[in-house]
Amino acid sequence: MSDITKQTLSELVANIKEKKLSSSEVTKAFVDRSEKSKELNTYITEDFSNALDKAKKFDDKPNLDLKLPGIPMAVKDLFCTANVRTTAGSKILNNFIPTYESTVTQNIWNEGAILIGKLNCDEFAMGSSNETSFFGNVQNPINKNLVPGGSSGGSSSAVAAQLTPITIGTDTGGSIRQPASFTGTVGLKPTYGSCSRYGIVAFASSLDQAGPMAQNVKDCALLYEVISSYDQKDSTSIDFKRNHYSKELTNDIKGIKIGIPKEYRVDGMPKEIDDLWQKGIEYAKDCGAEIIDISLPHTNYALPTYYIVAPAEASSNLARYDGVKYGFRADGENLIDMYEKTRSEGFGAEVQRRIMIGTYVLSSGYYDAYYLKAQKVRKLIKNDFDEAYKKVDAILTPSTPSSAFKIGEKTNDPVSMYLNDIFTVPVNLAGLPGISIPAGHDSKGYPLGLQIIGKAFDEQNILNIAYAMEEKINFKNKITDWWIK
Amino acid sequence: MSIDLKTIKHISKLSRISVDEKKAEKLASDLNSIFDFIEKLNELKTENVEPLTSVAETTLKLRPDEVKSKNLREQIIKNSPKDNEDYFVVPKVIE
Repeated sequence: MSDITKQTLSELVANIKEKKLSSSEVTKAFVDRSEKSKELNTYITEDFSNALDKAKKFDDKPNLDLKLPGIPMAVKDLFCTANVRTTAGSKILNNFIPTYESTVTQNIWNEGAILIGKLNCDEFAMGSSNETSFFGNVQNPINKNLVPGGSSGGSSSAVAAQLTPITIGTDTGGSIRQPASFTGTVGLKPTYGSCSRYGIVAFASSLDQAGPMAQNVKDCALLYEVISSYDQKDSTSIDFKRNHYSKELTNDIKGIKIGIPKEYRVDGMPKEIDDLWQKGIEYAKDCGAEIIDISLPHTNYALPTYYIVAPAEASSNLARYDGVKYGFRADGENLIDMYEKTRSEGFGAEVQRRIMIGTYVLSSGYYDAYYLKAQKVRKLIKNDFDEAYKKVDAILTPSTPSSAFKIGEKTNDPVSMYLNDIFTVPVNLAGLPGISIPAGHDSKGYPLGLQIIGKAFDEQNILNIAYAMEEKINFKNKITDWWIK
Repeated sequence: MSIDLKTIKHISKLSRISVDEKKAEKLASDLNSIFDFIEKLNELKTENVEPLTSVAETTLKLRPDEVKSKNLREQIIKNSPKDNEDYFVVPKVIE
């Protein structure tokens, strides 16, 4: 069977279950394509030969009852994988080989999938373009020298370029949905507490969530069903009734009430984005949804809030990188000097900037003015959503304020980089699920995404809306394989 | 408000990140533009708002205090940049 890598995850699963394809054939196809795609720089660590061995072992004794039988999968390099290097895109973890496995990846391997490699990302997931990675830029398969978004940029690029049938990313302020939008793929940020954070390199613990990044909504639902689980190893994991999301997926969304928040029509938003949003509203109506205007009055305060809360938590989480227990160490004259040099040489500029912001807002005399204030505004932002959900079942917005930009275009202006996450950050602050689906192209032919935000634990509903709209939108990604060697 | 070089030096010390003059100037300029952006929060009155500390509306679960992982010494030491079989080794702290 040719064109294995062009198949969707659901098709591959069906073909393996029906014994039309073996895991070895599928794994080899994705490994071969990955080998030819080095120019994209999606992988930090390849695990190709182990993957081929595991595929052979699977074929010798196939368990076809599993949900991901013998499916090869590359994952973001923020997930700890036992005995496979995990760097978080940082020099400071350049030589770190975990002795344990993250719960989310363990759930994936338990369903039969096979690790093929670890995907590039912004350093400690801090970035919106994958340009802060110690391992270099990632190319967006849509066009040369275009960023793939971030922080899950290796993941979005790998799925769009079909180097892996599906993948996982993490999303603290938009790091799944924004790169999905920039590459014409589907990305789901689940409700906080839905997927275990155990074994994920921590960035901002009250915001971080893992989620699937896929070619289509059905695949996304299937992987979400696999990774979402209650886990005692994560004290904020929540024990709620999880659905068979892929089985219960339906395009019947008649009568569903979808809110359109007027505050998301921000100053200076390109007309193309507004047009796309209008088109999205029409698609939703075509699907039988009822459109209702709503207000989320504190939307404008979400980014400033995020840029206090996330760096504060990061500065605390990243205190563990001291050159003693694991990772990179620089020599120093004494213990303090060793700490300071290790962290100065081991962390990149953006990570240092955020640690500094976080340390400052938590420091004596400033805590109330910044951190406490931000937590209070966070409450107001969450209240906005609670209020809106008395009237509607879900909310439709654009995913990003622009399409993908050029590599290097925003690296010198941190605030303009941060503005990328304007539509995604409020969702993390409120702990809600959000999904980005490709919905059209801009005048340059670059993909644009729409975001559907749900109530907490209502992933089934937003997956259904996304599924119904995906059918109407009928998006086709324009990818030419320009990088293939 | 303005973050000066003295403040940058202070935060860098708290963060245990060494910063030279050139880096300090760049950081001061970056942080000032970021804090200008953050100042927007002062438009809001929040005296009577409860701070939100966690979106997970759940009480922390208690579990029996039992040892579940055993003999992890080797695993714990495995990634250390410098060790002496059973110990992490750091520059001398006590004369």
